[in-house]
Amino acid sequence: MAKLKNLEDYREEIEQCVKCGACRAHCPVFGAERREGRVARGKVALSKAVLDGEIGLEEKVIEDLSQCLLCGSCCAGCPNKVPTEEIVAAARRKIAEQRGLSSFGKGVAAILGRPKLMNTLAKTGGALSSLLFKKLPEHSGLRLRFPAPYLESGRTLPPLTARPFRERCPERIEGKEGMPTVAFFTGCGINYMYPEIGEAFLRALKFLGVTVIIPGDQACCGLPAVSAGAGEVVEQLAEQNLAALTREPVDYVLTACASCNAGIGKIYADLGGDYEQLAAKTRDIFVFLVEMGLPEKLAELPSRGVKTRVTYHDPCHLRTRGITKEPRAILKSLPQVEFVEMEDAATCCGLGGTYSVYHYENSKRIGAKKAGRIEESGAELVATDCPGCIMQLQDAVNHAGGKQRAVHILELLNEVLPEE
Amino acid sequence: MLEQRIIRNLQQTLGKEHVSTDKADLICYSYDATQQQFLPDVVIYPATAEDVALVMKLANAENIPVFPRGAGSGFTGGSLPTRGGIVLSTERMNRILEIDSENLVATVEPGVVTEQFQKAVEKLGLFYPPDPASLKFSTLGGNVAECAGGPRCVKYGVTKDFIIGLEVVTPTGDIITTGGPTMKGVVGYDLTKLICGSEGTLGIITRIVIKLLPLPEAKKTMLVMFDSIDGAARAVSTIIGHKIIPTTLEFMDGRTLDCVRQATDLEVPEGARAVLIIEVDGDREFLAKQVQKIQQLIQPLGVVETRSAETPEESEALWQIRRSVSASLRKVNPDKFNEDICVPRSKVPEMIRKVDAIAEKYQIPIVNFGHAGDGNIHVNVMIDKKVPGELERAHKAIEEVFKGALELGGTMSGEHGVGIAKAPYIPLEISEKAADYMKTIKKALDPNNILNPGKIFLD
Repeated sequence: MAKLKNLEDYREEIEQCVKCGACRAHCPVFGAERREGRVARGKVALSKAVLDGEIGLEEKVIEDLSQCLLCGSCCAGCPNKVPTEEIVAAARRKIAEQRGLSSFGKGVAAILGRPKLMNTLAKTGGALSSLLFKKLPEHSGLRLRFPAPYLESGRTLPPLTARPFRERCPERIEGKEGMPTVAFFTGCGINYMYPEIGEAFLRALKFLGVTVIIPGDQACCGLPAVSAGAGEVVEQLAEQNLAALTREPVDYVLTACASCNAGIGKIYADLGGDYEQLAAKTRDIFVFLVEMGLPEKLAELPSRGVKTRVTYHDPCHLRTRGITKEPRAILKSLPQVEFVEMEDAATCCGLGGTYSVYHYENSKRIGAKKAGRIEESGAELVATDCPGCIMQLQDAVNHAGGKQRAVHILELLNEVLPEE
Repeated sequence: MLEQRIIRNLQQTLGKEHVSTDKADLICYSYDATQQQFLPDVVIYPATAEDVALVMKLANAENIPVFPRGAGSGFTGGSLPTRGGIVLSTERMNRILEIDSENLVATVEPGVVTEQFQKAVEKLGLFYPPDPASLKFSTLGGNVAECAGGPRCVKYGVTKDFIIGLEVVTPTGDIITTGGPTMKGVVGYDLTKLICGSEGTLGIITRIVIKLLPLPEAKKTMLVMFDSIDGAARAVSTIIGHKIIPTTLEFMDGRTLDCVRQATDLEVPEGARAVLIIEVDGDREFLAKQVQKIQQLIQPLGVVETRSAETPEESEALWQIRRSVSASLRKVNPDKFNEDICVPRSKVPEMIRKVDAIAEKYQIPIVNFGHAGDGNIHVNVMIDKKVPGELERAHKAIEEVFKGALELGGTMSGEHGVGIAKAPYIPLEISEKAADYMKTIKKALDPNNILNPGKIFLD
């Protein structure tokens, strides 16, 4: 099994921090709670102190290191490009190794490591009322996305689907000759919460005549486990996904979830070897659709008289990978869409993997800022490219008393694709 | 280590959650942009001037040093807790209290981030010009304490030119106000100006009254590449000699451009040995004429290439070269000293030649860029601390740079202040009598020497 890097392996990157303080302008957590321990510079200083043996993994250190969305905003605004999100993830792994996974971390490990259990729990969940969740044992994997604090905190959540997406579709959908063959990495969000995004994905590729393989034994990408510091779980999931996604030769592995894109495209790349090759083949759906000339095809569709005003939220896991133009290009080419840019489109929504579970109050404060920006833009819909962001954005809008809906761009695309 | 009863006293005054002795917090408040670290004994987060006054009274009674801190982004160690004691963070005092559009005056607390204040006044068509490079994260309290500058200062002046009143907690714990919201006022000594740039040694700023300007209608940016530093320098004096004061006159020397070429894929023609970024602002119609005139004036001075921007996006693209400098330098050498000497603007080429000679003598790369319009040069001495002897050579080189600036009628620091970084060099610039005058003020106001001790002057 390939291994993730240790905190010790990041010493050089840690020493690149010149303590200028620029991250204070970019960190959403610092924006919500103005304390130096909350900002990248503080976390990097603490990581260094831990490495140098100046401080142990005591409670306040763990608390500060848990207060990170891993959104990468600090790195983007850092003059020396210090990868704080990688350093914090490595520090969390060190904490997990030495102090054991926190109770939520254990839940993540249990569920992600056993996809069959997740299937069962998700299916049961779809049919049950939220009250039942509270009766689940503490370490139940279902708490990965629906831990008790969520339900008690008034978070609005989409219902779990009774029939996961991957159980609904065949493992192979034949396209036209001469067109590429792709594997669809669905991710948990689409599989268990938003199967309609998966359906829209398949329709878009069918429209282009692309052959799609949907391996049934694919697992979670592992990003929530990265966030929780469950290093071994990440490594296991990577191994399982490598097998599932390379069984048949494909030209690309496509994602319609920003987090999965970063999971396979970036975290796996760091594992080297075959993982690196898999990562190199990974494409975001909109990058692929733009490469396939979809905007030009959409331009041929008749324009609509009444248009819906739509803005776009940049998921961190695409923005940090330089993917910002393609989702906008697709949105702008949709005949029913009047695109408006909102201020701070590139600022994190506040979900941050497991962050919003540990720190829902801060997560809500960060989300509230976003809801304000959406309102100011005058848009009716906020479109994005990540089920996690959709969940958080909708929750933020609901709490702000807004009327806007959070949707996946694929759902809007689905509205205008010609009937078969 | 402070006694438990003192910590309890602080907790009673400020509330438990606003006092921390957690090792993790002590580490997080031990540094600034000098990268030096000194652990305090306690970090406190007061919310009001009354809180701060009580803390100062306690600190005097118990003889504990207090170190005020904004964002901790200074380059000279002004906020470093060099003697342990209390770090007093202004992070909770971050409200914009009033923006008075009728009188063009605003009142803020010290922890407000400069850019956030600028955005707030710009929404009302008003303007706060000082723009230190750290404006996205540094605080107004810190800007006032250090008297921060920035590119726009050539036309508009520095921080102190916009501060007309303050509320200050004295080192002994009294709350006083200086100046006020009027544009004129000559009653008593000008304590506002005394506090501006006093580096947190004479009082803790708890409220700031700021003068505003109407927001200029438009701005135009030009980037001009010259075949020599002399051409660029002559361009500066020619423009100003023709009674045009641009908003910004930023320069980069040939060595800086070499670093940018080496570290980025930005387009910098080989023949370019100096760059000026020139910005003008004002009424739209008037700007086009001004740009044309500037171009005519500087064309004969060895211009290699001129790029101009019409939109904010294009302007940002031109600034890319300047913004890439810091990261580019680090790729050339890992450690650097960023000094900020200032000379009369006509002496800039002579100063650059001096610096080149010093770099040659000590065999250390030194690059220069900065604010040509006001002769404020950022002299970056680039070394690798791990290489034996480099640090010592760098210190010698820096001392010679300071001496060189002073010989030309300049100063060791235009913007960054003295803090601890330049304290050893003070006698080069300030006469013994003048230093005594300053120290007498400090001693009278802070008899126990507990407010930011050891800064500016070595004890």
